Amino acid sequence: MTPFPLDLAGLLGHWEQYGVYLLIGLSFGVVLEMAGFGISTRLAAQFYFRDHTVLKVMFGAIIVAMVLIFGATALGLLDYSMIWINPTYLIPGIVGGLIMGVGFIVGGFCPGTSLVAAATLKLDGIFFTLGAFFGIFMFGESVGLFEDFWSSTYMGRLTLPQLFGVDAGIIVVGVVIMALMMFFGAELLEQRFGNKDRKLAPKWRYGAGTTLFIMASAVLVVGQPTSDTKWSRIEAEKSPMLDNRAVMVSSPEVLDYIRNGSITLTLIDVRNEADFNTFHLENAQHVPLNQLLTHLPEWQVMTGNKAILLISNDETSAIEAWKMLVADNIPNIYILDSGMNGWIDKFHTQSDGIEIIEQAGADDQLHYTFPTNVGGAIMPLALPDPSSLDPFGSDMDYVNNRKIVLQSKKGGTGGGCG
Amino acid sequence: MTTYLPSEKDLKPVSKTRQLSWVKRKEKPFINAYAGGILLGIVLFLSFFLTGNGLGASGGMNRMVVFFQDAISPDYVDSNAYLATMAGGDLNPLDNWVVFVTVGTVMGGFLSGWWHGRIKLETNRGPRMSAKSRWLMAFIGGAIMGYGARLARGCTSGQALSGGAVLSVGSWAFMFAVFAGGYAVAYFVRRFWL
Repeated sequence: MTPFPLDLAGLLGHWEQYGVYLLIGLSFGVVLEMAGFGISTRLAAQFYFRDHTVLKVMFGAIIVAMVLIFGATALGLLDYSMIWINPTYLIPGIVGGLIMGVGFIVGGFCPGTSLVAAATLKLDGIFFTLGAFFGIFMFGESVGLFEDFWSSTYMGRLTLPQLFGVDAGIIVVGVVIMALMMFFGAELLEQRFGNKDRKLAPKWRYGAGTTLFIMASAVLVVGQPTSDTKWSRIEAEKSPMLDNRAVMVSSPEVLDYIRNGSITLTLIDVRNEADFNTFHLENAQHVPLNQLLTHLPEWQVMTGNKAILLISNDETSAIEAWKMLVADNIPNIYILDSGMNGWIDKFHTQSDGIEIIEQAGADDQLHYTFPTNVGGAIMPLALPDPSSLDPFGSDMDYVNNRKIVLQSKKGGTGGGCG
Repeated sequence: MTTYLPSEKDLKPVSKTRQLSWVKRKEKPFINAYAGGILLGIVLFLSFFLTGNGLGASGGMNRMVVFFQDAISPDYVDSNAYLATMAGGDLNPLDNWVVFVTVGTVMGGFLSGWWHGRIKLETNRGPRMSAKSRWLMAFIGGAIMGYGARLARGCTSGQALSGGAVLSVGSWAFMFAVFAGGYAVAYFVRRFWL
């Protein structure tokens, strides 16, 4: 297991853990105040090219934190899947951002800086804080009118490395270079519009920039942990769940959830395309192993009464997929017991007259041939009638011993969203 | 010990800044912006490293608003889907980490301001603005900001800083939108600041 982030509630207790957050907030307030973020005129000057304190502090903080975070995940100290990544709601985020930009230049603060300004008795900061409370109140009153828009363009826990399909190290180096170039541009603008002599700025900033660039390059060279590496860290803890078959769900239990909807199962079929086209369960999604990780953004934010059921012909590829997803801290992942072969074996009489022939085959191969590719259309085999199950036989064992027990995701719970 | 009560004189628009008697510490200059960025980055990293969560401000303010709404009219809060996620039924809207980060931010701002001799009753404004119009604009800007922050599911701290550092796609889009919105309007409100 990676040691960080800490399980604060477990270590300290529910209310006690908030002491840590109070200290973090305290440090946040101290640094904002020290950087001069309580002074509205200094913040607003950003937008007239005269003083780029806002840009320097913000992007400086982002690149320092980013390099340290991805450095810690590369070294296996920090579990990236357990930290909170703001989910992307693209259009509401952009519209909200534009509105905030207007509020920033009209009011002279953002919510965090206005708190610091108010704490140091800046009257404009106090009025801004009151205004922010009012705006927040108005949002709560009006969001019901545009709920659909507010939840639109949802992309889940999508990150830049996933968007571009590259290792996080490349983005880390790219962002550091971009920020350093922006700092240089900002200094030139300050010299031109703000009468600030670049020569008077401290020389150590070159050293700091170089150090950060070297650290970012090291993050790129070391690389982020692969699924295999992440699995090896948790293998001792998690592999008993496979060995004692705690996550293998029998086909009657699966059918129960599909029919009754008490748990929403996302059926993920990890077989090759040919087998999937031959036959698959109704509403099964085809996600071959090599594409599994591209679905992380949507699965990492799955909440409520949802679980994922992995399906292969027997169990071998489903187990491989299970390890990859569990290594990325996705909760509620299960495997179809005995796979498609087991399913067809149990329900093959419900094939609507289509002749299915059993044949020998290697492990994780489809052991049945179909006269044509039936996909998920063969009824009722793709969604069988449970009355064919023996109500007094071993098919019903699951009723008193259900395998699927929903758990909520561990780790961070929210950014500024609360 | 003397406690401070604002007098009529203190609340008047101040043209000159005025240091209060109980905080007579020598005023010190702000730190270099890059040094501020490095320190803030370390705080942000430690927050993610220790807790798994980033920083936030508007989220905490939001929950304080909902706390009062819930105290005044719990039935109404239960009937509003958005508010009910925070304070429906037995949920205590203050039982959340971001509330404590927000309270800590105010305490930290005060402590640092006091230590560095920068607690001053004053109104920072452009040379062409009266204090009263500055207060009005601060309130209006704050309201716009508060509304936008909830629409975007986070403010500069919760979205731009925190989401930016962990490379969330939405946070980066949001960040550029904030700067775009500010620069687009800056020229038209230059009278406020220049």
